[in-house]
Amino acid sequence: MSSPKLKFVLGGAVIVAALIWLGFVGFQESKAYYITVEEFSAMQGDLQGKTVKVAGDVVAGSIDRSMSPMEFVISNHGKSMRVRYVGKDIIPDTFRDGSMAVVEGNISPDGVFQARHIEAKCASKYEAEYEKRDI
Amino acid sequence: MSEFGNFCLLLALVLSVYALIAAIVGAVSRQHRVVRSAERAAIAACVSITLATASMLYLLITGDFSVSHVATSTNRDLPIFYKIAALWGAHDGSLLLWVFVTSIFSGAVIYQNRYRYRDMMPWVVAVLMVNLAFFLSLNFFLSNPFNQLVQINADGTMQKFLPADGRGLNPLLQYWAMVIHPPILYLGFIGFVVPFAFAAAALITRQLGDAWIRTTRRWTLLTWLFLGVGLILGAKWAYVVLGWGGYWGWDPVENSSLMPWLIATAFLHSVIIQERKGMLKVWNMILVTLSYLLGVFGTFITRSGVVSSVHTFADSPLGTYFILYMTLVAAASLFLILDRLPYLKTERPLDSVLSRESAFLFNNLILVVACFAVLWGTMFPVLSEWLRGAKITVGPPFFNAVNIPIGMFLLFLTGVGPLFAWRKTSLESLKKAFFWPVVLSAAACVALLAGGMRNFYSVICLTLCVFVTVTIMEEFYRATRIRAKSNGENFLVALVGLTLKNKRRYGGYVVHFGIVLIFIGLTGNAFNREVDQALAVGEEMEIGDYTLKMTDYKEGETPTYLYGMPVLEAYKNGKLLRTMKPEKRFYKTAEQQSTTEVSLYSTPKEDLYTVYIGRSADNRRFEIKAHVNPLVWWIWFGSAVMVFGTFITLLPDRKGAFTTPQLSLGRNAALEESLKAR
Repeated sequence: MSSPKLKFVLGGAVIVAALIWLGFVGFQESKAYYITVEEFSAMQGDLQGKTVKVAGDVVAGSIDRSMSPMEFVISNHGKSMRVRYVGKDIIPDTFRDGSMAVVEGNISPDGVFQARHIEAKCASKYEAEYEKRDI
Repeated sequence: MSEFGNFCLLLALVLSVYALIAAIVGAVSRQHRVVRSAERAAIAACVSITLATASMLYLLITGDFSVSHVATSTNRDLPIFYKIAALWGAHDGSLLLWVFVTSIFSGAVIYQNRYRYRDMMPWVVAVLMVNLAFFLSLNFFLSNPFNQLVQINADGTMQKFLPADGRGLNPLLQYWAMVIHPPILYLGFIGFVVPFAFAAAALITRQLGDAWIRTTRRWTLLTWLFLGVGLILGAKWAYVVLGWGGYWGWDPVENSSLMPWLIATAFLHSVIIQERKGMLKVWNMILVTLSYLLGVFGTFITRSGVVSSVHTFADSPLGTYFILYMTLVAAASLFLILDRLPYLKTERPLDSVLSRESAFLFNNLILVVACFAVLWGTMFPVLSEWLRGAKITVGPPFFNAVNIPIGMFLLFLTGVGPLFAWRKTSLESLKKAFFWPVVLSAAACVALLAGGMRNFYSVICLTLCVFVTVTIMEEFYRATRIRAKSNGENFLVALVGLTLKNKRRYGGYVVHFGIVLIFIGLTGNAFNREVDQALAVGEEMEIGDYTLKMTDYKEGETPTYLYGMPVLEAYKNGKLLRTMKPEKRFYKTAEQQSTTEVSLYSTPKEDLYTVYIGRSADNRRFEIKAHVNPLVWWIWFGSAVMVFGTFITLLPDRKGAFTTPQLSLGRNAALEESLKAR
């Protein structure tokens, strides 16, 4: 290999290696298991202290904004989970009764899930109703 | 009307398949008449798709709710502007828009080259038609916007169903940037089909000079511009509509539009090396294929929800087809590249690491690594589910950890690239070229540190911004002075003349300057502040230098929504700036969606950003969230500069828009050499 080419390859390798290392650190910091409420209740023991993302439907009427911080319940396939929102960001507009929510955080000793981040999607109920009628 | 639209879609599918077969037959048997017929069929397919799109628009505007797409994305009260925008307000219609835009692109390319590249064009047509036929068949068979609603009766029979009103367009989408964002992004996703088709045709016909690059240069630039503008509009929408105070969250949908942009940026740079030096031929083929595939992939991610939902991989039939299609395209391209490898030999070795070629190579390497990192982070949930059965997501810390240093390095290269000479840079010229940029950026760095800035990346970033700005100014200044002297023009005339003489180079510098301004804007992120407080009327809250005094709370109703609106007077150092009215709206549509209306006071120094969160249980206090976001204004301003710079590079050369690449290149090269010589 000619010398400039070798230098380029070496330089490139150093840069890529540094980025891989940075990426690995960032990855360790931000990885989270993404599971449903049903799976969460099955493997609760293993998840103590780990950051997880849990998906479920917001149980109608469960959103309690009078509590500070706010609490609500999400459920999926008959299993449910109580969530306390301790994050700083505003709660998305799509979050409401019946919407599908993804909460990120970890389980606290009192058994309530401490969510630092909430994502929500519009309820798919209405859409499903229509879909059934499609040809 | 829906039957007519449906028929047009099917007709277009038949025509595109015919055009595909005829183009290949014509090319192989060298029958000119068959190729002509293929080209005409392709154009007819475009016309047919245009009619289908027009009939969809007609259905939307007249509000025919028996059509499922109309019923799911509009309602009676929707303003006509949003009724039109509802074309891409839901899945099926947005795929129709995709197909429509693809067909316009394909038709334009075929028409534009009807007398040129006669041996390559049949293959270009064939590739364009493969692409069109694939999306048309998805649109017709799997996700048809003209489907009608039916009701299943108790006895199992079906009958047509006509709801009294539609569901309405999601209010979150009712914002100007969101209306134009999807079509512009689509233009960016789709546009790469043109350079890709030419690249594939060049491979097939073994005409591997740089004709394919030159003839698609403007397509590539335009597509790149659309992608960039699409990204910025998406960011603007997130910032102004979603109300969380930020503009970028490394969300899969955002990432999927960033990835093709990164690869396309690499491609834009590396083709310059191929044109000037005959290097990187294989690499360019790979980049153009990747640009196209990532565009398709972006559509796939935004449309299938494969990443965002918990366990849906391969659930949607659409997903399977997309993966199959992308695999086939990738395999075919790879085969062609490998088979034609002897034709893709590089004409010149790399002479030195301190050369402009090398700066370009590093730029490419880094952009591709950035794209790979984003891809890795975005697809990790899917990959981990495949390999280990558990879905693992990766958050912003990962993306930031990799991409911030990459951004810094790119900024650095943007500065040094133009200072390096082609082939080899002597130490002498390095000293001369680097003197002012290094001195001034070092001074800026000292000033920042003395001013108390301690955030590592912010100091580096702003220092580099100064460095790049000085190099760009220097480039303009030196060349302009020479030109002014030799032509006896005044400085300003010489500056304009110089830019127009070598649009690609100096337009490119303007784009670089826009990028610098965007980076300045991004730096502000490290210094964001926010305060969250519940206020009663008459109370005040403080954030940074600002005081927000709540003077009133208003409630009311419009035909489409209910609203609550605290009225806040914003003071800075005791002086009244303006009244801010953040709002919360509750829409009356069936979904009862609420929206948060941000109230924003934007200056180049910082944005004051206020959001109304909700009221307390006793109805007497109103929770306000206020952010002070420094320098965000520069992101939007820098984007405008970037668009302006791209327009300069897109300006037609004197002999007509698409005809003189060789000539003008010769001129440019001569000019550059003469400048270098001095």
